[in-house]
Amino acid sequence: MRKVAIVGTGDTPFTFATEKTSIELFSEAAMDAINEAKLIPKDIQALYLGNCLGDFSEGQAMIQSYAANDIGAFHIPATRFEGACASSSLAVRDAFIWVASGYYDVVLVGGVEKAASMGTPLATRTFSMFTDSHYEFPAGLTFPAMFALLTHLYAKSYGIPLEKLKEQMALVSVQSHYYGKFNPKAQFRKEITVDDVLNGFMVASPLQLLDCCPFSDGAAAVVLVSEEKAREITDKPVYITGIGQASSGRLSVQKDYLPRLRAREESAKQAYDMAGVGPADIDVCELHDCFSIAALIAAESLGFFEFGKSGEAWEKGETKIGGKIPIDVSGGLKAKGHPISATGASQVIEIYHQLRGECGERQVEGAKIGMTDTLGGDGVLCNLIMQKGW
Amino acid sequence: MEYKLTFKDYSNALTKGKLLGLKCKDCGNITVPPKMTCQECAGTDLDPVELSKRGKIVTFTVVNVAPEGRQNEVPYIIALVKLDEGPWIMGNLVDIDPARASMDLIDREVRVGFRVFPGDKYAPGDRARPVFSFL
Repeated sequence: MRKVAIVGTGDTPFTFATEKTSIELFSEAAMDAINEAKLIPKDIQALYLGNCLGDFSEGQAMIQSYAANDIGAFHIPATRFEGACASSSLAVRDAFIWVASGYYDVVLVGGVEKAASMGTPLATRTFSMFTDSHYEFPAGLTFPAMFALLTHLYAKSYGIPLEKLKEQMALVSVQSHYYGKFNPKAQFRKEITVDDVLNGFMVASPLQLLDCCPFSDGAAAVVLVSEEKAREITDKPVYITGIGQASSGRLSVQKDYLPRLRAREESAKQAYDMAGVGPADIDVCELHDCFSIAALIAAESLGFFEFGKSGEAWEKGETKIGGKIPIDVSGGLKAKGHPISATGASQVIEIYHQLRGECGERQVEGAKIGMTDTLGGDGVLCNLIMQKGW
Repeated sequence: MEYKLTFKDYSNALTKGKLLGLKCKDCGNITVPPKMTCQECAGTDLDPVELSKRGKIVTFTVVNVAPEGRQNEVPYIIALVKLDEGPWIMGNLVDIDPARASMDLIDREVRVGFRVFPGDKYAPGDRARPVFSFL
């Protein structure tokens, strides 16, 4: 396999409902990525595009083909990826494989979503499509409900009083909002307090409004190239050195393994093994904090903390810059926003800039190895490890 | 290979008061709701069996924000129940005011019943909806 580098990135601000179309959003991100890579659209050999809900938000399916055309990458093979909230991470992983294989030298990959534009009732309904339609949706399962079920189970499994766990969870949201302040593209750029979280509207008990990430509009894109091509473009390439992906059945079939998600543990192991590194080697991590409890669960399965101990890590500041493992210093899904199919590519972009030392007030000094973690629905996991290439 | 217990047959049985599962002839474990393969060993030699409809609550939530078209249902309680035979199933806990739901619900013994979810424009057709009531 050949080495594969990221040489260009572009992302729109993540926002509440925007009047721009999905294609307009993606084209803006894509052109920024192509320009940063000092390429032109006709250099792009293939497009891998994450998009989940365009069918519902705009009545637009098959967006990938029109998106390629829109940016002037005429007639290239364009493929849409649907893996719920992990869609563009899956797209990056596949793009990596195709470049690593030698089939392509230059691939554009990313994602776009207009989840905020759908409004809460339709967005809630369509996000429920990432659960089992026949056996679990009839009970009224929503995404907050899924993680609410895991929250009570987490408290019970690890013997943590619910009130204590809720305070620890609140600290996840507080930290993400703190760092979101330093991200000019974040949806929320204001600090919140533990009291704000604990006094919020109860969405699905015990998850309150500020335990939940927002619905967002936005797009993100990256250009992946072969090592040889990367040398022509930049003296600061970021290499993808480890990839992992795994899947699971519906929530109930995961039974006794819960609140851990086995797919994450399988996926992370693949990525660590391929990169030849372990959790202790990761300098900065963007993980899937769609809900505060989701961040606690993820950090444990990635190997950063013992099971049941993530909350203590957030309390001690181990997840802050300067701590054991800085997590979600972009603001995470919670404060940066979560336009679902753009999220994975956006996480990759944060790690790319962190490794290149370009993150200003939220920079993790000296970061050499970074990792992303993206969860789709209750059954799709993707992890990517990136390393500084100079 | 033919599906041993389809969604339609499982759902119809539940609306007649029968909870069906699949018993694996290789490892003896029960898979429910049904799948093509045993969820323990991936075996394919499965026999439909009638289950006891008894289990314990393992976790729950009270939902206050519903999907489009189901706003009139809130607040409602979703629970995961571990059946006496081992598998977990998802359904709604009835029998208790959602305002009184607390961690004390975990480990409470319940019986499986049913209601019917009439479907919506994205998921058309009647779907059996397991409900749980205290034993």
